[in-house]
Amino acid sequence: MEQIVLDNVLPTVFRDRTGVTSDVWHRTLTFERGKTCLVRAASGTGKSSLCAFLTGQRSDYEGIINLDGRNIRTLKEKEWTALRQRSLSLMFQELRLFPELTAMENVLVKNSLTGHLKKKRIREWMERLGIADKEQTLVGKMSFGQQQRVAVIRALAQPFDFLILDEPVSHLDDANAKVVAEMVGEEVKRQGAGLIVTSIGRDLPMEFDTLLNM
Amino acid sequence: MLWKLLRKHISVAQLAGFVVANLVGMLIVLTSIQFYRDVEPVFSGKDKYLADNYLVVSKKIAFIGGLLPINSEFAADAVEEMAESPFVEAVGKFTQGHYDVRATVGLFGDNGISTDMFFEAVPDEFVDIPLDDWRFDANDSSQVVPIVLPRNYLAMYNFGFAQSRNLPKMSEEMIGKIAIRLRLQGARGECRLAGRVVGFGKRLNTVLVPQAFIDWSNQTLAGKTDFDPTRLIIKVANTADDRITQFMDEHDYEVEDDKTEAGRVTFLLRVISAIVIGIGLIISALSFFILMLSIYLLVQKNTTKLQNLLLIGYPTWRVALPYQLLSVGVNLIVLLLALLGMYVIRYLYMNALTDMFPDMEETGSWLTVAVGIVLFIAVSWLNAVIIRRKIKSLF
Repeated sequence: MEQIVLDNVLPTVFRDRTGVTSDVWHRTLTFERGKTCLVRAASGTGKSSLCAFLTGQRSDYEGIINLDGRNIRTLKEKEWTALRQRSLSLMFQELRLFPELTAMENVLVKNSLTGHLKKKRIREWMERLGIADKEQTLVGKMSFGQQQRVAVIRALAQPFDFLILDEPVSHLDDANAKVVAEMVGEEVKRQGAGLIVTSIGRDLPMEFDTLLNM
Repeated sequence: MLWKLLRKHISVAQLAGFVVANLVGMLIVLTSIQFYRDVEPVFSGKDKYLADNYLVVSKKIAFIGGLLPINSEFAADAVEEMAESPFVEAVGKFTQGHYDVRATVGLFGDNGISTDMFFEAVPDEFVDIPLDDWRFDANDSSQVVPIVLPRNYLAMYNFGFAQSRNLPKMSEEMIGKIAIRLRLQGARGECRLAGRVVGFGKRLNTVLVPQAFIDWSNQTLAGKTDFDPTRLIIKVANTADDRITQFMDEHDYEVEDDKTEAGRVTFLLRVISAIVIGIGLIISALSFFILMLSIYLLVQKNTTKLQNLLLIGYPTWRVALPYQLLSVGVNLIVLLLALLGMYVIRYLYMNALTDMFPDMEETGSWLTVAVGIVLFIAVSWLNAVIIRRKIKSLF
């Protein structure tokens, strides 16, 4: 997939609001593969809605979203599944990990589907993010910051054309945020993918090609 | 790992409830089918040498002035009238041998057991045994006369006579191997022949030989063949037909045996079996709803988890698979337990049945097993489809 185009998109709940000023809503906006983009937003401006629209979780919007010229409203269940396995990777703001599985199992649930990473690689990344000792700990027993790092690794456990990270470092300290930025940067570059990161104040510390205000 | 994730919230109590309910339903269905199949031949007698829809008709034996029996033979016009009745499909005459018969079973040389007896015949089409054994050719000197005896003669010997005298019991095969010497003595002469019992009949209460033999022996020994019959065998479409009883009453005829009775019993058995099978199916259907409800509840409780799996790229079929396998597994356990239960129950009632009907033949259980497997496949398939649909609704 080469590009994602938003054509006059607006969340249905914003329909009656007057004077919506945004770099995203009610405009024609293109996310290109190979480019990085930071979307800054205040709370309640529809940042997570954007992520949900792009990954097919929700469709309560007006306008058209095209993936390589294909309106995503016409995508079938099988096509979404294929996209989620190979083209679009999303790290959710609310993480959506499985609390009854360990940190390693949470990554493997995804990786067993794609076969993208070797276990050694997953361990390396856990090491870098300082959660290697939590590998066999149930995610339900970890802090939100630790869980956020597991979720980052899970988002990287697949091939993608676009990586979408919804507030990836909101609960991390500067040092860990930097490691996340490095890892994400390396992986995006290696895959030649596009990157869309949202933030409500704490940005992923890296250089972005585009900066959008919601 | 998926299983580890999805098995949470599985209620063992609910599944056990389903297993018990479905087991009861399945057991009732399978056992009643097997019971029907085991018991049905006892009443319908379809496998015996006279098929179901044959009736034996004779005249009522009455007395003039309480002393002399009136003519008990059917005249030609009476036979014709019977043949033309709308409920009759075919009529056959019983022909008696008009000569004395003495049969000797030679166990030790000539000093065998002898008895006086008689022969009767009906046209071959009314005899339901393999016709290869059922023929007679007067020109063949090595010819053995085939004989069919009523089955209750054998039962009478085995359970009455032999039991009280400590004599060995005889099987059908054994009797079939015994050579019988026959001496026939009529007005025109005498002849000696060999005979052999080729089968046992259940419904026709006579000693039966082929029509060809009776015709030949009557001609040779009595000098004529065209005797009026005293009994007729008729083939009817339906033994429960009212017109039969009416016709017989009008003409003062008597229908031998309890065939119409057996027809009614078979019908009753069929109705009762159908009701019981119906109840079993209803219980099975209800238990099916318990299982579906239980799985719905499980899916409901795991909704977030399932949606998360779909969001990270799991296809619906993979998410549905563990639940489908669960239902198939549970259904399989139910099927196996139900079959086991059916065989145990069958063992118990077969003991009682074979005591009551010693000559009962074993019916196979393949149909019951097949019905069980078909039910299992149908229910599992329905489960799988409903689960898949439910998971798809979460997408």
